Amino acid sequence: MKHRLNVSLWAGFLVVLSAPVTYLSVFIRYPATRDVPWATLLIFAAGLALIARGLRRAYREPLLYRGKIAGAILMALGVAIFGLFGFGTFYLARQLPPSRGAPHVGQKAPDFTLPDKDGNPVTLSKLIDAGAGGADRANGVLLIFYRGYW
Amino acid sequence: MRLVGISVDPPEINREHCRREGYTFTFLSDTNSEVIRLYDLLHEGAGQEGRDISRPAEFLIDSAGAVRWVNLTNSFAVRARPDQVLKAVDELGLAPASRM
Repeated sequence: MKHRLNVSLWAGFLVVLSAPVTYLSVFIRYPATRDVPWATLLIFAAGLALIARGLRRAYREPLLYRGKIAGAILMALGVAIFGLFGFGTFYLARQLPPSRGAPHVGQKAPDFTLPDKDGNPVTLSKLIDAGAGGADRANGVLLIFYRGYW
Repeated sequence: MRLVGISVDPPEINREHCRREGYTFTFLSDTNSEVIRLYDLLHEGAGQEGRDISRPAEFLIDSAGAVRWVNLTNSFAVRARPDQVLKAVDELGLAPASRM
């Protein structure tokens, strides 16, 4: 009897590969799919389930389906990729310094002057004063610190 | 309410980034991490080639220069969401949300 190609093994592995790719290219842009990467976890689950299905077939119906060895390798790789993703998002991303000395609520925001994107110096206290007296009542500043390296 | 972004990138890099992303708010360069240190946000060696960068953080500052709201995330994959900030702005009476 001719062996059938065990499609779900390979399809499952492709789905697993697509999980980190779609996370980095699409889902990371939206808070709803980034803060808790549920969409990516679902894709991983679907991919690993497909590989498991293919692996079960290969062992239960070895005359019909091939892929015992390939399936084991793809499953190990799939689990490893999933593990790396989990390690990155749930462990590495949380390795941040404590920042105990960061300004807290009620404290005066430390003043500073830095160049803007055109190289012109900008002073925080001047921005605040300009806003407070402005006609549009645009009082206050939202200061956002980024990791950068765009 | 004015938005002010800060990163360790030089102005020309920030200019290019703002152009690409369509950011029109003020974007400042802290290439020596002076202000990042002043706000105790330095994440040592976390940038490319082991260079220092800032940990992500957001501060709402009122018209008297006082800090009214702080968001120090515990994961760099999780940042303040716009609706979170707008809610804080509303609750603190800093500005009508429509002015953001």
